[in-house]
Amino acid sequence: MENTVIREGMATVKPTRQAAIHASGLRKSFKDSAVLDGVDLDVDTGTMLALLGPNGAGKTTTVRILSTLLPFDGGEATISGYDVACEPDEVRRVMGITGQYATVDEVLTGRENLVMIGRLYHLGKAAARARADTLLHQFDLVDAADRAVRTYSGGMRRRLDLAASLIADPPVIFLDEPTTGLDPRSRQAMWDVIRGLVASGTTILLTTQYLEEADQLADRVAVIDHGRIIADGTAAELKQRVGTERLELSFEHTADLAAARTALGVEDLHVDEEALRLSTAVGGPDEVRDVLNALGQVPVRATDLQLSRPTLDDVFFDLTGQARPDGDGTRTTARAVATEGADAA
Amino acid sequence: MNATLIHHDTHDTRPENARAGSRPGTGARWLASDALVLITRGLRHTLRSPDSMITSVALPIMLMLMFVYVFGGAIEGGIEHVAPVAYVDYVVPGVILLTAGFGAAITAINVTNDMSTGVIDRFRSLPIGNWIVVLGHVVASLARNLFATALVVGVALLIGFRPTASVLEWAAAIGAITLFVLMMTWVSVLFGLIAKTPDGASGFTFFVLFLPYVSSAFVPPETMPSVLHGFAEHQPVTPIIETVRGLLTGTPIGNSAWLAIAWCVGILVLVMPISGRLFRRRTTS
Ligand SMILES: Nc1ncnc2c1ncn2[C@@H]1O[C@H](COP(=O)(O)OP(=O)(O)OP(=O)(O)O)[C@@H](O)[C@H]1O
Ligand SMILES: [Mg+2]
Repeated sequence: MENTVIREGMATVKPTRQAAIHASGLRKSFKDSAVLDGVDLDVDTGTMLALLGPNGAGKTTTVRILSTLLPFDGGEATISGYDVACEPDEVRRVMGITGQYATVDEVLTGRENLVMIGRLYHLGKAAARARADTLLHQFDLVDAADRAVRTYSGGMRRRLDLAASLIADPPVIFLDEPTTGLDPRSRQAMWDVIRGLVASGTTILLTTQYLEEADQLADRVAVIDHGRIIADGTAAELKQRVGTERLELSFEHTADLAAARTALGVEDLHVDEEALRLSTAVGGPDEVRDVLNALGQVPVRATDLQLSRPTLDDVFFDLTGQARPDGDGTRTTARAVATEGADAA
Repeated sequence: MNATLIHHDTHDTRPENARAGSRPGTGARWLASDALVLITRGLRHTLRSPDSMITSVALPIMLMLMFVYVFGGAIEGGIEHVAPVAYVDYVVPGVILLTAGFGAAITAINVTNDMSTGVIDRFRSLPIGNWIVVLGHVVASLARNLFATALVVGVALLIGFRPTASVLEWAAAIGAITLFVLMMTWVSVLFGLIAKTPDGASGFTFFVLFLPYVSSAFVPPETMPSVLHGFAEHQPVTPIIETVRGLLTGTPIGNSAWLAIAWCVGILVLVMPISGRLFRRRTTS
């Protein structure tokens, strides 16, 4: 049902069998520097895509183009089937955007902001007020509702900004780094709101620099760097590219290491002679048990055991080819192990 | 634990037809409704910034008191040969124009504020005509300036201003003042669109303050050195002041009325499309 948009006063029914958010070959240059170099995106109705990328990758530019705020040089984009370039008004009716920087009126109060926007969506006076009340309540802004936004904290502003983009309950929402600058509690709360939106059938494109956020929230993740999508898939798929879970064991003596190596006898074994460590891929708890059982057959003593799971950080650093902030990683951080695995593969 | 921050609805206030992407309607009725909402916003901005109200009302009143009581005695004698009236009657129309221009300058700051903060992006993401945002500021400026002007006239009457105008002449004077305010407001909008920061936009205030000094507002141009005299005679503020002065105090108007209208309309015709184009350019990149 949500795929079909019926416009009042027109007999046209626009079936949108394609994705709720669709972009292909988006190009954008500022002066001479190409900022987007052929971005392809598809977000199915009712799902969430996280657009992950470092500073300056082109996340904000992409979101601003898709939400009609910025003209673009090439490619095409549709929102709920409406062409971003040719039908901006229709696009604006079906989407809401929470930009990277707050777009609320500092002079007005939180409530006045929401009512004003509701009225500009033509909700009618009473309906706009009721909707503002609900959102203020939902975003825990009731106490501050009648204070000028100028006096709000950064987190309150972000919440109000998100509330503002939800007023007309749009089926498509863009969130540009919605949790940047929020404390852990507010971030959790924001995540809850975002999950609630997806649960109610909203299509969301969210940008983030927080790899964990993409992992936690999104159905799919697209990694953007230098204006290109360099990877696209579920968080699990992306992690697969880097490697699976690995079990890592440390030993006190070279002899122990050698004995363990023989005992395990598997192919995918990483041995670090100097650090007296070895690691092997494990597909789940059963395989962990198998490895430990095999070790139990020989008289070796492991001094440390660690199960490391590749994180999106690994994906990120792997794909963008950036240097890791934690250096060469001689000590066993979970990430370092995963990267070794990827290098070997 | 998160429940303390985010509350879930007990009753659903989500707009019924939002998901369908349609709105109750478009057209003139909604255009008027949008305009009203944004004019209300503009007025709230005015009411919530006491310093701008003080600048646009208190400053002109202080200037008026200063000219009447401090310089008045000295000036009255000096201008008697060209303007044989009580100085208070001579100066009040000028102060009225000064007030009008002063308040309009605040529009520049408001517009720059909107353009340089994210607010404009919020409006642009809505299915409304964006220029209505500017309209909101323009109408608020008109309201603010006419209110300030009324206050200034009130104080003027208290300190001895004795207008001789009939009801019709008052109406014509108010019309002339409104036209002037409209012109100044649109010039102010243009400055606001050109300026990159609110501080830059406030520079416009100085320009506005300067114009009435070198006009017939405080002293007749005939008493000025020849270069200034020439400028004062041929700048837009002078014919407007002469028109308002003539309507309120019965001095000869001559062709000032036509000149005043020509200046105001001419500047509006020039400035409005430029502002429109600049606004479009600044909202699409
Ligand atoms: N108006 C502009 N004029 C010139 N260059 C711009 C403009 N806007 C963005 N850029 C450039 O485009 C590139 C991408 O910017 P964008 O804001 O999309 O990055 P981002 O991925 O959102 O980064 P961040 O994580 O820092 O928000 C940057 O190099 C930026 O300098
Ligand atoms: Mg950004």
